[in-house]
Amino acid sequence: MMKFTRRSLLATGSAMVLAAGLGLSAPALAQSGEPIKIGFSMALTGGLASNGKAALAAMQIWEEEINGRGGLIGRPVKLVYYDDQSNGATVPGIVTKLIDVDKVDLLLSGYSTAAIAPAMPIVIQKKMVFLTLLGFNMNSEFKYDRYFSMIPAGSDANRDFSKGFLEVAATMDPKPKSIAVVNLDAEFPKRASDGLKDNLKKYDLKVVYDQSYPPTTVDFLPIIRAVAAAKPDLVYFVSYPVDSAGLIRAIREVGLKAMMVGGGMVGPQIGSFKTMMGPAMNNMVIWDTYVPEKTLNFPGIQELLAKYQPRSQGLDPLGFYVPPLAYANMQILEQAVTKVGKIDQGALAEYMHANTFSTVLGDVKFDKMGEWSQERLLLVQYQNINGNGLEQFKQPGTQAILYPPQYKSGNLVYPFEAKR
Amino acid sequence: MRFYLGAVGVTALVFLAFHLAGIEYLWFTAYVVVQYVVLATAWNILGGYAGYVNFGSAAFFAVGTYAAVALHKMGIGNLWLMMAAGGVTAGLLGLAMGYLTLRLRGAYFSIATLSLAVLLQTIITNWSYLGGSRGVYVIRPSEVAVFTSFVEYLFAVMLLLALAAICIARYIEKSRLGYGLAAIRDDELAAEASGVPTLRLKLIATTVSGGLMGMAGAPMPYYSTFIEPASAFGLNYAVNAMAMPLVGGLKTWVGPLVGALMMGTAQQIATVTISSAVNLLLVGLLLIGFLMLAPQGIVGLIKGRAKR
Amino acid sequence: MVFDPGLLLNAIVSGLLLGGFYALATSGLTIAFGMLDVVNIAHPTFIVLGAFATFALNQATGLDPILCCLILLPVFFLLGRGFYDVYYRFFERRGDAAIQGLAFFFGVMFVVEVSLSLIFGPNHQHVETPYAWTNLGIGPVDLPVRMLIPCAMAAVGIGAVTLFFRTTFIGRAVAAVGQDEGALRLVAIDPLKIKRLAFGLSLLLAALAGGALLVVQPVDPWAGHTFIGRVFAICILGGLASMRGSWMAALLFGVIENVTATYLGPSWSPAVAFGLLLLTLAVRPQGLFAR
Repeated sequence: MMKFTRRSLLATGSAMVLAAGLGLSAPALAQSGEPIKIGFSMALTGGLASNGKAALAAMQIWEEEINGRGGLIGRPVKLVYYDDQSNGATVPGIVTKLIDVDKVDLLLSGYSTAAIAPAMPIVIQKKMVFLTLLGFNMNSEFKYDRYFSMIPAGSDANRDFSKGFLEVAATMDPKPKSIAVVNLDAEFPKRASDGLKDNLKKYDLKVVYDQSYPPTTVDFLPIIRAVAAAKPDLVYFVSYPVDSAGLIRAIREVGLKAMMVGGGMVGPQIGSFKTMMGPAMNNMVIWDTYVPEKTLNFPGIQELLAKYQPRSQGLDPLGFYVPPLAYANMQILEQAVTKVGKIDQGALAEYMHANTFSTVLGDVKFDKMGEWSQERLLLVQYQNINGNGLEQFKQPGTQAILYPPQYKSGNLVYPFEAKR
Repeated sequence: MRFYLGAVGVTALVFLAFHLAGIEYLWFTAYVVVQYVVLATAWNILGGYAGYVNFGSAAFFAVGTYAAVALHKMGIGNLWLMMAAGGVTAGLLGLAMGYLTLRLRGAYFSIATLSLAVLLQTIITNWSYLGGSRGVYVIRPSEVAVFTSFVEYLFAVMLLLALAAICIARYIEKSRLGYGLAAIRDDELAAEASGVPTLRLKLIATTVSGGLMGMAGAPMPYYSTFIEPASAFGLNYAVNAMAMPLVGGLKTWVGPLVGALMMGTAQQIATVTISSAVNLLLVGLLLIGFLMLAPQGIVGLIKGRAKR
Repeated sequence: MVFDPGLLLNAIVSGLLLGGFYALATSGLTIAFGMLDVVNIAHPTFIVLGAFATFALNQATGLDPILCCLILLPVFFLLGRGFYDVYYRFFERRGDAAIQGLAFFFGVMFVVEVSLSLIFGPNHQHVETPYAWTNLGIGPVDLPVRMLIPCAMAAVGIGAVTLFFRTTFIGRAVAAVGQDEGALRLVAIDPLKIKRLAFGLSLLLAALAGGALLVVQPVDPWAGHTFIGRVFAICILGGLASMRGSWMAALLFGVIENVTATYLGPSWSPAVAFGLLLLTLAVRPQGLFAR
C-alpha cells in the first residue's frame, strides 16, 4: 500500500513539474509584444518536402525584404513555423501550439490540401484569418468567411481544373471519344477527378477506365497496363510528385499510346522533376501555374526568381511552381495589414474580401468564399525536350502554353506515344 | 478496496493539478501520455501476463477510432457511446483473432497480429464512407458543461479510462485468471496438462486487451479532428504499446504505468524540442537496451535493489 | 472492363516474375525462421537495409547497383553472424527466446528504419540504370528487364544456397541443426557455430534481395512493412523449412497479388497477402507445400 502511494505521488509530482515547465517557457515569447509573429506548419520532411521547403525559401525572402524596409506597420516580422512532415495528422497539434502557446498574430497554412483540411476546424474555432497555399476547393464545405486561397483555380475549382484539358482535347481531329481517369486516393486528386467526370457531360466522352490507388503504391505497371488495355483516346492523371514519377516511368515502360496524355499531375511543375524525367515528359499535357513563356510576364516575378534560384540548393532549382504562390501570399498579407493599420482578424478579413491585390502572379481578387474570382490555370504541353539539362526549361519553347487563349504560346502536338 | 479508493484519489488529484495549471496545450499533450498508459496497460494483460506478444496494437486502437468515426458520420456525437462502440468492436476483433490463431504457437499469433493490422488498414483505406485514404475531418464541439474546454474534457475522460484500465489490470493480476495466465506464460503445455483452460483464458485476455485499446482509440476523432489511415494505424502505437511495458516491467500493473509515464513524457518533450524522428529512434534503442540488459524492466530493477 | 487475354497473360507473367523476387526475399527467412526457429520479423527491414546500402555504394562509386550488391554480400554475412551472437547470448541461452526475442527483433526493425530515415531522408530512393527502361517484349507479353534481373538473381542465389545445403558437409549440418541439435554434437560439431553461419547466410540473402528490390522499384525506409506479411505468408505457406516449398509458394503468391492489382486495383494487394496468411494460419498452419 505504501509502495503504491509513493510511486503515484512521484508520478503526480513529475507531471506537475512538467506542467510548470511548459507553462513557464511558453509565454515568455508573447510577453515582449514587439515583433509580429506569422505562424504556419510546413512540409519540411516527407513526400511534399521539396515543395514545402521551396515555399519556405520564398517566404523567408519576403521576411528579409520587409524587415529591410522597416517591418510591417513599424514592427519587425518573425516567421514561426514547425515541420508537419507532409503528414496532415500533425497539423492540428501544430496549429494549436501556434495559437495557444506561441500566440502568433497571423496564421498561414502549410503546403497543399493535406495540410489545410486538418487545420480548418481549429482555425474556425479561433476565428483567425487563414491564408492558404495550394489548397484545392477547400472552403466549399466549411464556408468560412476568413479563408483565403492561393491557388489560381477560381470559384468553381473542381470543374475549372480540367476545363483546359478538355477544351484543348476537343480541338483535335478526329475528336476523342473515350477517356481513362487515374487518381491518387487523396483529397485534392479525388476532387479534381470528380470535377473532371462532372465536366464530361458537355464533351461526349465515355469513361473507359476509372481507378484510384493508395499512397503506398510503388508499382504502377498493373495500372498502366490496364489503362492501355482499355484503349482510351485521352488519359487523365491526378497524382502527387512521388506517384507522378512512378506513373511516367510505367508509361514509358509499357509504351502507352493515346491521343493526349497528362492532366492534373503534381510534380512536373517542379524543376528537379523536369530534369529527372527529361525527354520522358515530351508531349505530355499538364496543368501549371507559371512557365517562362513570353506571353506571361507579371511584375516582380523575374526579380523573385533571380533571388530564389541561387538559394535553391537541394530544392526546386527553377522555382516556377510554389515560390511565386507563397510569395504572393506574403505580399497580400503585407498590403492588407499595412492598409488596415493593425492586427485585427475581422478587419483584415473584410479588407481582403473587398480589394484587389497586386502580386508577382498578376492581380488577385478574392470572391466571397476566398477563392480567386478569376481563374488562371494554365495548360502546358512539354515539347522538344532534349536530354536532362536544366537550362532548356528556363527558356521559352519547352513548355508551350495551350490554354487559356490569352496566354497561348504554342500548338498542341498529337497523338501521344511513349517511346520505350 | 483500499487500493481502489487510493487510485481514485490520486486520479482526482492529478486532474485537479492540471486543471489549476489552466493551459490548453498542456492538456493536449498530457492526453497523449495518459493514452499510452491505457495502451501499455492493455497490452500487458496479454503480453506480460500471458506471454503472447501483440504487434498489432495499432489495429485495435484504430478500430476504436474508426468505430467512433462511423458513429459520428451516422450523426451520433456522444463521446461515451463512441467509446462503448470502440471497446465492443475492438473486443470482438480480439476475440475473433484469438480464436483463429491462439491455438497455434505464440510466434504465429504475433505474426498474425502484424498481418491483421495491415489487413485492417487496407480495408479502411478502401472504404470511402470512412474517408478512405483521404481521411475524414471532425469538428470538435466548442464547449462542454463543467470543463474549461473540450480538450480538458477529453483529458479527463482519458484519465478515467486509465484509472479503469489499471484497476482492471490489477484485478486480473490478483485473480485466478491472472494465475492461470501466468501459468500459461511460464509453461503452456504444463498448464494445459494440469487442467488450466488455456484457450478460454487466452481469449478472455485478448478480448479485454483489445477492448481497452479500442476504447482508447475512440476519442481520437475529437482529439485530432482529422483521421486518416496512415496515422491511425501508425507504427508508433505498436512500438510504444510494447516498449513501455517492457521497459517498465512486465509482471505487474505497475510496470506499464511507469514505462508509459516515463517514455510518454520524454517523447512529448523530444517531439517539441528535437524532432519526432529522433524520439522514435530513442524509443527503439531503449526497448532493445532494456531487453538485453534489464529484461525485468524498471520495476524489476527496483525490486532487485530492494532485496539487497 | 473488357476481357483482354493480353492483359491477363501479362498479369500472370508479371506475377511470376514478381514471385521470383519474393522467393529471394523469403529465402533468408526460410533459413532463420524455418531452420533456426528465430522469428526474425526484422528480416524485411534487413532487405531494405541492403537496398539502401547498395544505393549508397552506387551513389558513391557510380558502379552498377548489382555489382554494389555483390560487394556488400560478405559484409552482411558477417553482420548476420554478429547478430546471431548477440541474440544467442541475450535471449536464446536465457530461455527467454519467446517474448523477449520477438520484441528484440521488433526493436531492431524500428531502430534500423528510423536510422535509415534520419540518414537518407524519408523519401523514396531510386537508381537509374541503363537497362531500367527496357522491355524485352515477346509478342503481347511484356518482359521488363527491371523484373527479369531480380528473378535471375533469385534463381542464382537460391540455387547456390540449396546446392550448398545439399552437397557440402557444413551445408548439411545447417539443414540438420534445426532438427536435432543433440545429434550434431555427437558428431563433434558445435551447433552454435553452425547456427551463426546459417544466420549469416540468412542476412546475405536478405542483402541480395535488397539489391534486387532497388532495381525493381524506388525504396523508402519503411518499405519493409509491406513485405513483412508477404515474406511470412510465403514462408508459412511454403512449409517453413523448405526452400523448394517457398519458391512455389512465392510464385503462386506473386501471381495472385498481381492479378488482383490489375483487376481490382493496387489498393487491394496488401489484403491479398495478409488475408492469405491469416487463412493459412487458421486452416493449414503447416503450409500448402510442406514436404
